[in-house]
Amino acid sequence: MAMKIGEKPFKERVTDGIGDVFMRGAVSSAQGRFRSGRLNAAEELGNWEEWRKLGEEIRTHTIENLDYYLDLMSENVSKRGGYVFFAETAEEANEYITNVVKKKNGKKVVKSKSMVTEEINMNEALENAGCEVIESDLGEWILQVDDHDPPSHIVTPALHKNKEQIRDVFRDKLGYDKTEKPEELALFAREKLREEFLQADIGITGCNFAIAESGTISLVTNEGNARMVTTIPKTQITVMGMERIVPTWEDMEVLVSLLTRAAVGQKLTSYITALTGPKQEGEIDGPEEFHLVIVDNGRSKILGTAFQSILHCIRCAACINVCPVYRHVGGHSYGSIYPGPVGAVLTPLLGGYDEYKELPYASTLCAACTEACPVKIPLHEHLLRHRQEIVEKEGKAPVFENLSMKAFSLGTASPSMYNIGSKLAPKALGAFTKDDKISAGPGPLKNWTEIRDFPAPKKDRFRDLYKKRKKERGE
Amino acid sequence: MMAAGQVYNRTSFLDNLAKNLGRKRLSEVEKPAWDHNPQWDVLKGASQDELVEVLKKQCLLIHTDVYETASAELPEQIGRLIKEYGGKSVVTWDDPRFEEFGLSSLPIDLNGNGIAVHVWDQEGGEENLAFSAHADIGITFSDAALAESGTVVLFSDKGKGRAVSLLPVIYFAIIPKSTIVPRMTQVAKHIHTIVENGEPVPSCVNFISGPSNSADIEMNLIVGVHGPVQAVYIIVNDK
Repeated sequence: MAMKIGEKPFKERVTDGIGDVFMRGAVSSAQGRFRSGRLNAAEELGNWEEWRKLGEEIRTHTIENLDYYLDLMSENVSKRGGYVFFAETAEEANEYITNVVKKKNGKKVVKSKSMVTEEINMNEALENAGCEVIESDLGEWILQVDDHDPPSHIVTPALHKNKEQIRDVFRDKLGYDKTEKPEELALFAREKLREEFLQADIGITGCNFAIAESGTISLVTNEGNARMVTTIPKTQITVMGMERIVPTWEDMEVLVSLLTRAAVGQKLTSYITALTGPKQEGEIDGPEEFHLVIVDNGRSKILGTAFQSILHCIRCAACINVCPVYRHVGGHSYGSIYPGPVGAVLTPLLGGYDEYKELPYASTLCAACTEACPVKIPLHEHLLRHRQEIVEKEGKAPVFENLSMKAFSLGTASPSMYNIGSKLAPKALGAFTKDDKISAGPGPLKNWTEIRDFPAPKKDRFRDLYKKRKKERGE
Repeated sequence: MMAAGQVYNRTSFLDNLAKNLGRKRLSEVEKPAWDHNPQWDVLKGASQDELVEVLKKQCLLIHTDVYETASAELPEQIGRLIKEYGGKSVVTWDDPRFEEFGLSSLPIDLNGNGIAVHVWDQEGGEENLAFSAHADIGITFSDAALAESGTVVLFSDKGKGRAVSLLPVIYFAIIPKSTIVPRMTQVAKHIHTIVENGEPVPSCVNFISGPSNSADIEMNLIVGVHGPVQAVYIIVNDK
């Protein structure tokens, strides 16, 4: 699976999402729980704003000096006996990783959750080279067992599935014969995956924060699968997006505190694991060989542009959890493994406007995302900037916006035109109006009213009422 | 000292970053003092007893059982808890603190009660993993503990295998009271100092807060996924 998920055009994806009643229920309940978790955790700290400012300071400094910190990181990994490969493209990264696995004669690869390996389509490259690749994050594993169903959320990837669906997937694919109770499903996964961990030759992880000063990578998890992946196999490969780095342990600590609170409202997740190089002499568990693959894949194009701060993102999904658009259309509608506000900013930067020009419009610009971001990325401003660039530089505004903007600019070009327009609207739409609502609107209203009612234009307009009142009061 | 590894493809990659950032490559960067430092205010000035209370309260939230014991009673307490939690096989670190806290006869005592005990054996190779994978209980000391988040911090080393706190069904952490600090900030600073002094950091530092869990199925909390299903902390007054 690359960054892109599915072949359907944006509108069809959105239609599918909005029509999926279970998914919409699951997403809105998850959003509520994530959000209250984050708010409680923030309230408990008392000075959340101070924390956010510190997070912003650390991220800004690190990205401004990214070449220096990556250099230091690679130097320190190598000093500890590890190997570092800088990959400018997805292909380069996959080639290196495949070669390491081949050299080790690796047949079975266990993975812990990593968005960047999804982005570069690493699993497919390894499978083409004859390896079995097993996802070990519970949500990721469910999706993998279900013939590679794409993820719909970056923290809980199988959010769109209910427990009955998961039971059926396990039954059909793996002969599961117990109930849909989450505990029983998880126990089944524990037993199945335990066997895989014990047999795997290669462990592959992502990286939440690399720590430059010591050449350390840190992993933030709850299930313990990342610990399995880095404790049992003889070879460990860690793949990181190049921006996933901090200068020191003290900076890592602050960002982990922000991440776990913003993502799930936890003070810390069950496991924060910080790994430095391969195991040391005399140690028995842990990898004998350690490889770090640092991936650019389009990120460097964002440096030095007005969008640079999107590289500050720590992948907590707080913006996704507050987004009213995500709430209704769900993760798959974005057509990218990075959904929600962060995805609507990042995906077009990595994948180009040709493919993803609609995403910056999948937003109400309400700025809830910006307010939720633990490192203060001005997400809604980036979305607006995208729209500007799409219109001004690229001339690629989606058709519906072109038309509606034209109509709007005509209708608002002069007070008299606006007057005529808003006076005529109740008459023009009268035939479609019932109980002051329009349920099956014509033309441009059709898309809206297929999903929800549209308030009918009032016969008494505000400006008329205002005039009337003024008159009554003799002003 | 371990043989150095290799770095591939670095120069062109980093040159490109510097170019896009509109400058030459940097060979030295002064990290500024941050304007905001709220992390140091958390539980500032709390006494050791207050930290114990905060830790105990947090453990209620993370499904972790906590016991407090005087150091003289620790061996008896551990023996009792192993029975209570139904442990038939136990794996422990090979760590001098077991002897310091009077636990050196633990293996013999438990064996006498029909409980199989394995002490991490530096010469034992894969046997250690095989035993741990089927053990009921894994026992380690904590190298530090964080009151705010209910966390034990483990530094890996020769006798301190990673698997002991990971593979068994139940995990016991013995927390010497003096090792409890307010939060992750203090431990991060300690490790930062190790780095600044040019000493090697442990190959694996684990911050463990309770049993493994997941919310991947309909956002329901499931306790016990790949790591231990239960976590037990035993806070012990230092000798």
